[in-house]
Amino acid sequence: MTTGELVCPAGTPAALRTAVDAGADSIYCGFQNATNARNFPGLNFTPKELGEAVQYAHARSAKVLLALNSYPPAGKVALWREAADLGAALDVDAYIVADMGVARYIAETQPDRRLHLSVQAAAASPDAICYYVREFGVKRVVLPRILTIPEIREIKAEIPCEIETFIFGNHGLMVEGRCSLTNYATGLSTNMDGVCSPAHLVEYAKDDAGNLSTRLGPFTIDRFGPQESAGYPTICKGRYCNAAQPKGYYAFEEPISLNLSKLLPDLMDAGVTAFKIEGRQRSRAYVKKVVAAFREAVDDIRAGRAPKLADLAALTEGQKQTEGAFKTKKWR
Amino acid sequence: MQPRLTLGPIQYFWNADAKQDFYARIADEAPVDTVYLGEVICSKRQPFFDDRIAEMAERLTRAGKRVVHSGLAEVMLKRERKASRDMAMQDELEFEVNNAAGLFHLAEGQPHRVGPYMNVYNEETLAWMVTKGATHVTVPPELPGSSVAVMAEAATRLGVGLEVQVFGRACLATSARCYHARAYGRTKDNCQFVCEEHPDGMELNTRQGEAFLRVNGIQTLSHSYVNLVAEIPAMAAMGVTDLRLMPQSVDMVAVARIFDDLRAGRVGAEEASAALDAMDLAAPFSNGFWHGEAGHRRIAVKAAALV
Amino acid sequence: MMNILPEPLARHLPSLSEAPVPLLPLQPLLYRIVRRVAREHPELFERLGKHQRTDFVIDLTDMPFALHLRPYPPSLILRAVRRDRLPRHKASIAGDFATLLGLLDAEVDGDAIFFSRDLVIGGDTEAVVTLRNALDDVEGSIADTVASMFGPAGRLALNKLAARSRTSPTEDAFE
Repeated sequence: MTTGELVCPAGTPAALRTAVDAGADSIYCGFQNATNARNFPGLNFTPKELGEAVQYAHARSAKVLLALNSYPPAGKVALWREAADLGAALDVDAYIVADMGVARYIAETQPDRRLHLSVQAAAASPDAICYYVREFGVKRVVLPRILTIPEIREIKAEIPCEIETFIFGNHGLMVEGRCSLTNYATGLSTNMDGVCSPAHLVEYAKDDAGNLSTRLGPFTIDRFGPQESAGYPTICKGRYCNAAQPKGYYAFEEPISLNLSKLLPDLMDAGVTAFKIEGRQRSRAYVKKVVAAFREAVDDIRAGRAPKLADLAALTEGQKQTEGAFKTKKWR
Repeated sequence: MQPRLTLGPIQYFWNADAKQDFYARIADEAPVDTVYLGEVICSKRQPFFDDRIAEMAERLTRAGKRVVHSGLAEVMLKRERKASRDMAMQDELEFEVNNAAGLFHLAEGQPHRVGPYMNVYNEETLAWMVTKGATHVTVPPELPGSSVAVMAEAATRLGVGLEVQVFGRACLATSARCYHARAYGRTKDNCQFVCEEHPDGMELNTRQGEAFLRVNGIQTLSHSYVNLVAEIPAMAAMGVTDLRLMPQSVDMVAVARIFDDLRAGRVGAEEASAALDAMDLAAPFSNGFWHGEAGHRRIAVKAAALV
Repeated sequence: MMNILPEPLARHLPSLSEAPVPLLPLQPLLYRIVRRVAREHPELFERLGKHQRTDFVIDLTDMPFALHLRPYPPSLILRAVRRDRLPRHKASIAGDFATLLGLLDAEVDGDAIFFSRDLVIGGDTEAVVTLRNALDDVEGSIADTVASMFGPAGRLALNKLAARSRTSPTEDAFE
């Protein structure tokens, strides 16, 4: 088993081809519906597009991982089953799943195709991971972004499957697959509809003083002064007030993006098989830059050379970056 | 069939004596059938009450209540893994699993309950859980009534219980990070149990001063109290077997009595709804999730009858 | 969003200012542009879904006019409009020419532009996000496609326009 597999995002067929050409080993993507956790307008693949994408990737020795990582609400299970059946017909290399009913269906109907456990399943202990391996034959777990490297090493020693970790991109804070914040404000669910801060309910309002308010549904999730850069329009990235912080504060996290480029060798040494880059909603420009930079870094590490870390640090485009929980427990 | 009333686990960090007094009053006065005991949110809080669980369980059982031990929602550290394993290994108390780590340690077919953190959103996952020994499942608070109806039908067919939260703040998110500690410039490991200062959660208001969320350690809750009293006739007709009241810093005995009067048919939904409104609680009520709308909303009772 | 100005406008460039410019000569050219893009990139319009029928206003903040776009293939609209007489619209995007050009050709990341506030969006945010995501699926350069409609003069105009915004992150987009 080689380590350092680069798993890259694709929100459109063009982004998938860009990622493959930039050196991605695997690309993850989803259909244009609620079966995946990035069900955003104008994004994702029709069955025909996915079929073509799989052919494009396979011709260049890259793999396509189909995200079926939302939770079907009772009464709508058929949509997820159809997506799984389509995945087989289109010959995807693996499914990324979270719901146990979906996992069971695929394990029973396509026992030879790989199952990856999505971060949306929030399996953060060897016990939880071993449960999914034992019951559904999961081959890989995508770990939540909450563990330190020594903790990852300990988990690896106890589980009979591969580990994939996020190394770059948006920094998730809530336990994935357990967040109903968007649904509370908007009526659309991250778990059931694959939607987080749906764009049609995000509103930016500028007042006369030049302040920019971000609203999600009826709630103001942040307000920015004229010189401040705006934040990501999600509830967990907003600023709020209470008695302890009357002036307003980032109750959950500062605006910050995850960049583990410096930790790549340590992660490989800890037994991480695959590195995941976040951002199916980001542009081709982002995919191209980030994938190419990490491709070079991973190849350098494999060849025993020191990776060029400065290039990777520049990728966050002036935004603050963090190594989050991977570096220290103090993050918690 | 008349649904049972349950009292969910105390989510907040109340001190041990306050919890003991609370459960003593529940035992004596609250018309609930089942009481869930145990720390669900934070393993750091467990030592403060764990040694009293057996005594409380005995007290409640004597009062005719069924007692269920609730497990942790988040399992990552050694002590949390051990707590999950120990729960599966004991046979004194019926228990509710809230993390897949707990499922791993169950013997083949060992009876257990499945809690709202386990994400049972559909009839397939429900059926899977039942093949592994689940006897009772509580659905996530955001699951709409249209899906609960499908689940209730499956649960009836499979002969297991199906529970829905009908009162109290909705859990909206959990995290590895403690937001209570963060608000006070501390980390989770050095929190000094600041969450104890907010027995009904720490407020998070928008920058325009509107009440929005509540923080309880690693958990984020709705500011509003879920109130599905008007929807209970529909739930009973669907086959929902258990109605869960989540403990808040309000007169929970009074709340339980209102729900009890309704399920027993002594009052109608409108009257029960008016009685809850008359309690004049500090937070507004919401029922949006049940109606497939934004969770914070309160949809008029008349619309509820259409579900 | 097809905000590429053809050669005849480029001749006006040195005198561009807040003073009103005659927009009438632009209209047939803009229409030719949007038709050409629709012919060459039908997938772009499919991806827009219901927002094919959305009216967008694209405010080129360093130009003396804005654009009105309705990307509905059976009756495409792309026309120049005066800032003080904007048509009824559901969504708006405002930014300088170079920023919008970079967005058009996916040479810069839409998220990054917005959060730096180089871009201001108004109205139906979903429509703007959909448009951005749909544009992102177009390989090759729409700007190049359009410029080539006008031969060498068109390319020259494009390069001139791109160069006008000195501080833009996209100024090397055509190298």
